[in-house]
Amino acid sequence: MVFAVALFAAAMGLILFGVSRLKRPRKWVLAAAFVGPAVLGLLFGLVYPALTTIKASFYDAKGNNFIGVDNYARALSEDAFQKVLGNTAIWVILVPLLSTGIGLVYAILVDRSKFEKFAKALIFLPMAISMVGASIIWKFMYDYKAVLENVPAARQPKQIGLLNQVIIWMGGEPYNFLLNGPWNTLFLIVVMVWIQAGFAMTILSASIKAIPDDIIEAARLDGVNAWQMFSHITVPSVRPSLVVVLTTIAMGTLKVFDIVRTMTGGQFGTSVVANEFYTQSFRQGNEGLGAALAVILFIIILPLIVYNVRQMKKTEEVR
Amino acid sequence: MRSFNKGRAITASVVGLGLALSLAACSDDDNKSEEPGAASGDCAAYEQYGDLKGKTVSVYTSIVTPEDTPHIDSYKPFEECTGAKITYEGSKEFEAQLLVKIKSGAAPDIAYIPQPGLLETIAKDYPDALVPASEGTVANVDKYYSPSWKSYGTVDGTFYAAPLGANVKSFVWYSPKQFEKNGYTIPTTWDELIALSDKILADHGAEGAKPWCAGIGSGEATGWPATDWLEDLVLRTAGGDVYDKWLTNEVKFDSPEIKEALAKVGEILKNPDYVNGGYGDVASIATTTFQDGGLPLVEDEPLCYLHRQASFYAANWPEGTEVSETGDAFAFYLPGLTADERPLLGGGEFAAAFSDRPEVAAFQAFLASPEWNNAKAKATPAGGWVSANSGLDPENLVSPIDKLAATLLGDTTQEFRFDGSDLMPAAVGQGTFWTEMTSWLAEDKDDAAVLSAIQASWPK
Repeated sequence: MVFAVALFAAAMGLILFGVSRLKRPRKWVLAAAFVGPAVLGLLFGLVYPALTTIKASFYDAKGNNFIGVDNYARALSEDAFQKVLGNTAIWVILVPLLSTGIGLVYAILVDRSKFEKFAKALIFLPMAISMVGASIIWKFMYDYKAVLENVPAARQPKQIGLLNQVIIWMGGEPYNFLLNGPWNTLFLIVVMVWIQAGFAMTILSASIKAIPDDIIEAARLDGVNAWQMFSHITVPSVRPSLVVVLTTIAMGTLKVFDIVRTMTGGQFGTSVVANEFYTQSFRQGNEGLGAALAVILFIIILPLIVYNVRQMKKTEEVR
Repeated sequence: MRSFNKGRAITASVVGLGLALSLAACSDDDNKSEEPGAASGDCAAYEQYGDLKGKTVSVYTSIVTPEDTPHIDSYKPFEECTGAKITYEGSKEFEAQLLVKIKSGAAPDIAYIPQPGLLETIAKDYPDALVPASEGTVANVDKYYSPSWKSYGTVDGTFYAAPLGANVKSFVWYSPKQFEKNGYTIPTTWDELIALSDKILADHGAEGAKPWCAGIGSGEATGWPATDWLEDLVLRTAGGDVYDKWLTNEVKFDSPEIKEALAKVGEILKNPDYVNGGYGDVASIATTTFQDGGLPLVEDEPLCYLHRQASFYAANWPEGTEVSETGDAFAFYLPGLTADERPLLGGGEFAAAFSDRPEVAAFQAFLASPEWNNAKAKATPAGGWVSANSGLDPENLVSPIDKLAATLLGDTTQEFRFDGSDLMPAAVGQGTFWTEMTSWLAEDKDDAAVLSAIQASWPK
């Protein structure tokens, strides 16, 4: 590790030194000197593994025999995997919409209010927690202990889950959040939304603040109400940011793995593509199928990335 | 199913860093005062390994704190007599990470593999990574282990890995004190076991107690205790021959023999009157961790009276629980259909080498020797560890349950079978077998659907 870092530093130093020694370097030399290492890194770290993964997806579990599209056929036809793909779809639809929606509304609500900084810090804090950490926190929130029949109150198991304790205070029966499908997937999604809403809020808040004051004033003079201000002025003005936020969160969501693995391990019908990929490749030794799942994930993400990059370019042009 | 270590590894995580630190501190003290049956100077048995001063052997296992301390301590005699240093790394993601390490060319010198199925996968997929057992190891295994144990460490005729620890799975935990108080006797047949369950229900059902408690939760490995149940019952209802064929899929999962066994498991696990003492309904078995599963059994007024779990469950009882034939908790043999049929289900882990160096060969041989087995027994004063090594002196096992396990493992009249899911292909044994048994309990999926789903996933 230390060796690798030293080697990298040395190589970069050499390149930079070489470039600085050239008098009036040609443009392409400069470009190659600076972009070259990054391109090489990408080739070794991304393109090469991607190609081998694609190749592996057409081979059997051990990677010895070519079996055509059998892995894809399995991944797309078997009940268990359809469930996984379905869950991933639910995640990708709900998480970006909910996080962005909550983030946007929150940003508008706290904008220029007295407690803006404090309020923003509150919703941004979860961003600072790792996915696994957040999952463990929420696992406690969801913890379930049954109410046992015929057992006196003193000997009932103690609820340690906050949500179930609240339900009991309100006179309800404790509910096993993580066990019962399909709702358990929604309860996992809550965790991701909790983390991502802060990110959406930050970007959108900055974007809202960038709306020129004269536009807002003009609208006020025209006598718009709050809803009209929101739908005709704010949303259209921050539209490019909205798209970037939506697609960025969507990409993050497609890769979701930590939350599912930490909270349910993919049990009880909550598995998603990334989790299933890990399970198939590393736990069950089915590399072909794992690779096929990874490729499917890649194919779904691809249009999102393209759209995201184009939107970012657009935003920059506007500036 | 799951290995003994992995399971306990998870308990360990709950116990956390604090305990890890305090244990580390304790072991330091021990070393100064009484420790080394080793350093006491007798290095004669170690001379065969030669002088290994300055050499290092790395060990990679699924055994993490606090279970790792006895392991690390048990290497001391070897380290002190030969001069070699053993570096120990335990990981809860062992099974997955071992393959990653091998693939990336960073395999450990020695790995403790808890599943013969995993050993077979490695031997077949990475034939160059695995080193056949060293001469000394072969000599020790031939001398101190029964041939069946050697066969579990053998792939396609090449012997790779020597048995390390062992455990008995066909155990039902109970409270001797409660049994005596209620006048219950230990059942010797399946029917007696069911009759006992009914009696417990009649006696204590009104207090909210159930005859059985259970838990199959184990993180991403959730489901393994349920596969153990089915394996135990296949051995009982269909016998060893069918069991062996079942492992290779000659007998299909959806065949009548397996269906019958699953129905028998269902008599207990899916009977809402019988389960799940202290935790709720049938579905609660799926969300109760296996470590917690049996705990309601040792309370003053128990909410359950019976808990089928392996010998290593001894480590999970709360501190102060007396594990003995007259104490708070003990185990009896899970009965067969008749008193004469006594098949035994068990498991264990195996030490495989990935480096062909003299010190690695020596250490592997040491692990198969009576010296190590006795050192390990002495380094585990709290109990919860046995091995099938005939050189292990039972006197060194302090816990009565370990002694009972050692007796059963050494009893050749009982037909011993290794844990089946550990021998099946990983896609089944560590995949659908776990997940489908979980669905069977969590979602009340019916027997036929569960078995045909597992069968469908068998690699073609």
